[in-house]
Amino acid sequence: MLEALGRRAMDGAADVGALTIQLSRTLVALPRTLPVVGSRRRWRTAVEQMLTIGVRALPVAAVMSFCLGYVGALQAAAELRRYEATRYVVNLVTVAFTRELGALITAIALSGRSASAIAAEVGTMVVSEEVDALRVMGLDPVEFTLAPKYLGALITVPCLTVLSTCCGIAAGYVFLVFSIDITLRAYLHEVVNSIQVRDVLLTLVKSLVFATIIVQVGYIEGLRVSGGPEAVGRGTTAAVVNATFLVILADLVAAALFYLMGWSAVG
Amino acid sequence: MNPVARDTARDVAISIRSVAASFGDTRVLERIDLDVYRGEIVSLLGASGSGKTTLLRQVLGLARPDTGSITIGGVDVASCSADELKAVRRRIGVAFQSSALFSSLTIAENAALPLEELTALADPIIALMVWMKLKAVGLAGAGTLYPRELSGGMRKRAAIARAIALDPEILVLDEPSAGLDPIIAAGLDELIVFLKRAFGMTMLVVTHSLESAFRISDRLAMLYRGSLVAVGTPAEFKASRHPRVRQFLDGVPDRLADVASEGLAASYFQEFGT
Repeated sequence: MLEALGRRAMDGAADVGALTIQLSRTLVALPRTLPVVGSRRRWRTAVEQMLTIGVRALPVAAVMSFCLGYVGALQAAAELRRYEATRYVVNLVTVAFTRELGALITAIALSGRSASAIAAEVGTMVVSEEVDALRVMGLDPVEFTLAPKYLGALITVPCLTVLSTCCGIAAGYVFLVFSIDITLRAYLHEVVNSIQVRDVLLTLVKSLVFATIIVQVGYIEGLRVSGGPEAVGRGTTAAVVNATFLVILADLVAAALFYLMGWSAVG
Repeated sequence: MNPVARDTARDVAISIRSVAASFGDTRVLERIDLDVYRGEIVSLLGASGSGKTTLLRQVLGLARPDTGSITIGGVDVASCSADELKAVRRRIGVAFQSSALFSSLTIAENAALPLEELTALADPIIALMVWMKLKAVGLAGAGTLYPRELSGGMRKRAAIARAIALDPEILVLDEPSAGLDPIIAAGLDELIVFLKRAFGMTMLVVTHSLESAFRISDRLAMLYRGSLVAVGTPAEFKASRHPRVRQFLDGVPDRLADVASEGLAASYFQEFGT
């Protein structure tokens, strides 16, 4: 029992180590994917990846945020009504989304959508010997496939986070229009009042961390695929589970850090 | 002086010396010694699981052997640095068993990839070179097709076109005729012999098809359970009395051959009847 626990811990540490090495290699290769200074071809792949990641995940992230915004507003209103404070629903939804839910829901949607897609794509490349082919051609698979994906995610995930935050806040408005009499103007006024620039910035930084987790975990699980096509399915599942878990873990660490630094207080 | 170097008069392209490899606790290669001379086609024969793909991966530097050396162009790929390995790989073209064509690129783009990535040639020159290679493998009209639109035989040809894009000295082919019907496989063998004659390439071919090996090879090397049991010309192989070679040539299942080689065939048939 204790031995099994120890082995799990060792495996976990090895995973974190492998991810760190992979991330550092990606960062080294990242300049090669930039426009102007890097390779035109890598940049083109990166743009393709932005469209793939952004367009594919946008509907899921938007709908999830809208639903959660609506449910959140509904539950909050049910409680706040007892204190005659229904109008604070606006602040609550806004703060919840700019600080936590916008980035978190986007990241979870992307763990399901993109981490799995990356793992499946890379896993298939491993099974069909394409990764070996890149290596023997003298091309670095990290630079060739991973770095453009990472760059694409670094650009699209913050954008998606902003969009899904907007969706969540819009859902709060939709709920309030049906329950209390509130004009769009009054609602937006309240929203603008409760948005803190610091919250927005911290959330954007957090979304970059989430983007890193999603792409790197998806890629490493794809690379670990060995054997036949059925292994690709296992790799995909592992990518989704691990990416979702690590995203939530990272969110916890970030929340604790921001709290300790005193960045969570509404000033 | 290396006592194993027998034929010093001929140029050695790939020199494999006492290579051993294992997966975990299982030994998959046992002290392999093999020379591939410049300009010849050597086929690595062997049943599935005999270690031929493992040996191939060692030669390509995709895996490192436990012991031994593999020298290509003066560099030991079993122990060299990443940069040296990169330089050696520039001289080797590889066509993988599953073709390993990039599915998002057309055939021409696949063949152009090494040229675009590793040379500073202008686009029109690359286009011309790609056309030449596609022409050489008989796919001149298929450049704009995607790998999924090709038949198995055409995909193998496209993989060879990509492998020879940089005019390598050494061409490594992993199971070129696996999964192909006999007619298409014969056509591919013809292509391999043509490439050797046209470009003077040294080739290491991994195959389990005897027919194909006899057609294309200057020499054959047979692996059995991780050991090199025989090396020789096709004629020497056909005349060989080596039990493992005979077993492979005659297509005898393993258990029967084991029994026969231990001289127990009689008791086997007595016991189980016929």
